[in-house]
Amino acid sequence: MQTIRIDGVTRVEGHGRITIQLDDNGKVQDAHLHVLQFRGFEKFCEGRPFYEMPALTARICGICPISHSLASAKACDAIMTIRIPETAEMLRRIVHLAQIIQSHALSFFYLSSPDLLMGWDASPAERNIFGIAAKHPEVALDGIRLRKWGQEVIELLGGKRIHTSWIVPGGVAAPLTAEKRDEILRRIPEALAIARRTIGLFRNMMEKLSDEVAAFGNFPTMFMALGRKDGNLCLYGSRRRHEGWLRFADADGTIVADNIHPNDYQQYIGEGVDSGSFMKAPYYKPLGFPAGIYRVGPAARLNIARQCGTPLADAALHDFRMLYGVVSLSSFHNHYARLIETLYAIERMQQILEQPDILDTDVRAEARANESEGVGIVEAPRGTLIHHYKVDSDGMIAGVNLIVATAHNTLAMNRGLLQVADKYLSGHTANEGILNRMEGLIRSFDPCLSCATHASGRMALEIEVVDARGFVITRIVREDSSEPAELTVPHRE
Amino acid sequence: MPERNQYQVKTLTIDGREVCAAEDQTILEVARENGIDIPTLCHFDGLSEISACRLCLVEVKGNNKLLPACTTQAQEGMEVTAFSPELMEYRRLIVELLFTERNHVCAACVSSGHCELQALAQRLGVSHVTLPYLHVKCSVDGSHRRFVADHNRCILCARCLRVCGEVEGAHTWGITGRGINARMITDLGDRWGDSDSCTNCGKCVTVCPVGALVEKGKAVSEMTKSNFLPYLLQMRREARQ
Repeated sequence: MQTIRIDGVTRVEGHGRITIQLDDNGKVQDAHLHVLQFRGFEKFCEGRPFYEMPALTARICGICPISHSLASAKACDAIMTIRIPETAEMLRRIVHLAQIIQSHALSFFYLSSPDLLMGWDASPAERNIFGIAAKHPEVALDGIRLRKWGQEVIELLGGKRIHTSWIVPGGVAAPLTAEKRDEILRRIPEALAIARRTIGLFRNMMEKLSDEVAAFGNFPTMFMALGRKDGNLCLYGSRRRHEGWLRFADADGTIVADNIHPNDYQQYIGEGVDSGSFMKAPYYKPLGFPAGIYRVGPAARLNIARQCGTPLADAALHDFRMLYGVVSLSSFHNHYARLIETLYAIERMQQILEQPDILDTDVRAEARANESEGVGIVEAPRGTLIHHYKVDSDGMIAGVNLIVATAHNTLAMNRGLLQVADKYLSGHTANEGILNRMEGLIRSFDPCLSCATHASGRMALEIEVVDARGFVITRIVREDSSEPAELTVPHRE
Repeated sequence: MPERNQYQVKTLTIDGREVCAAEDQTILEVARENGIDIPTLCHFDGLSEISACRLCLVEVKGNNKLLPACTTQAQEGMEVTAFSPELMEYRRLIVELLFTERNHVCAACVSSGHCELQALAQRLGVSHVTLPYLHVKCSVDGSHRRFVADHNRCILCARCLRVCGEVEGAHTWGITGRGINARMITDLGDRWGDSDSCTNCGKCVTVCPVGALVEKGKAVSEMTKSNFLPYLLQMRREARQ
């Protein structure tokens, strides 16, 4: 038996390692994504006042701090047992959409487009955003502009681009001004044009990507996302309208569990342990571990949603479904789904900004801790994000449970790795292009490993081929994605 | 506060500048009157001086020890050095030591942007902490209805203790323990919310230089404080006259 190890998966957020087990004939037996560091937010937030949590947990991530703040603020709202003002809910929604735009732009343009545009087997020296900037400057510019705009909307609302403390329990810290609203609206046409252009670009590439669609996590699983009553895409939910409860669909798109109140998530989601990884491996409880495998994220959301709810995004979704069916089982479709969601987010942002009471100054409700427990759930860019807090009678945090979007996909990522390895890896002649496809599978999930495990660090890559007794026979080490792989001489110990 | 004898004027130099002092003025008062801003943390206009923070230490010619400007009376002919590279190094070290002892994470603090310790660190150029953190285990007392005492952020300046005793007259705050075990306590170590003596006036919260005593429910950077005490004391003086 041999083990191939990709230590440090590149162009994803956070630090992870892939291992692939081969049998004596060089056939792939098993594959795993390991996340090896521990950040411990669940532990060290204990004892803090509950209302500090949106700011504290925002620091889990530099890409999606808004999602953590929002899930946290929703959990705090629940602890305060309040409904936040309508305008506050709309403003939270806008900042959330802005973050989805910038995060999806990061995933597609910065992290994944090098594989798609330069090719899986291109030299790592040019298979990165700088390579894109050199060969496809218009695509790189679009990516940079879109992400920048998303960040700018966050800054206009929250005062700063990363780790704003504007999202507070009970609402938001300050209302929106007419100037800022107009500034955001003024830039929407450009963002829409970029999103439409990119969907067109990607759609034209899809023909050549049928291998990837077939092999990158293409298997039936359940899907989970927040649901709206009208069946439209739901990213934030609404406590006022009692919407945004959890919804599970099976591989045919049939809804098997619906209207799961956030407080009841533990009845449906079990937390499995993946040995060798600090990431949780959640599963659908009624089916048990690991049969209760489910996926979250952009493709899962679109599988669950009847439609998006905005005209351009719905047209794009229709077009996508004409090509690939109503339920897309391949995780590779996360890329496509991300682009559709980006389009939706821009349109939706415009709709909300055009509401007459968006400038209302009543944006914050106040209350003390009236409930000893609260759960907040949002759809983060990468999928469903759950924050669950318990507080003591003084409102100090007594317990924290976080299920981060990436973690829901643990089982699916492992299974997807197995599928890719099975298809591309014959024997132990792992080359750069094959390794990159393994990483590409992981990238299609756009995982945030530092979010999911509270691990962080610079990405590096290392592959080990280990024989049946666990001895390393080949090792490939790569410092980061911009440097070519360095092969060490195979040796037997 | 007694009226000053304005006729006994003393002359001295601070950093080479000739300045005048009234009979009972301290070096700190004279320096600040003349625009020489000696850094302090425990000093608060209107409260007694305890020279605890040691940030205002100055050199006085002819004296081989450094003296706290806040409790040293200005004297005729004194030659004071308030700013020298050596003194600034000491001050940086004091601030760094404060940062290493407990948990001062500005990023998640309600007082960020309105914190005297943070401002001082910026002013003195304490951009990094080079000494090991001690991670002293401290509690957060959230039992009071309106306020929170986060001892992780306390620097033991004892402003709360003084304002509570000297201005409010409640004497709720005290200090227990010594050295690294010293903690601010309410009454005899009861939870703040259970204190019989606390009048809920909030003066301690207003004078706290950091994020240790804050209003409940404030988010990051939202805890602003007003400098009410000089006005309050002046009103009281006028009422007495």
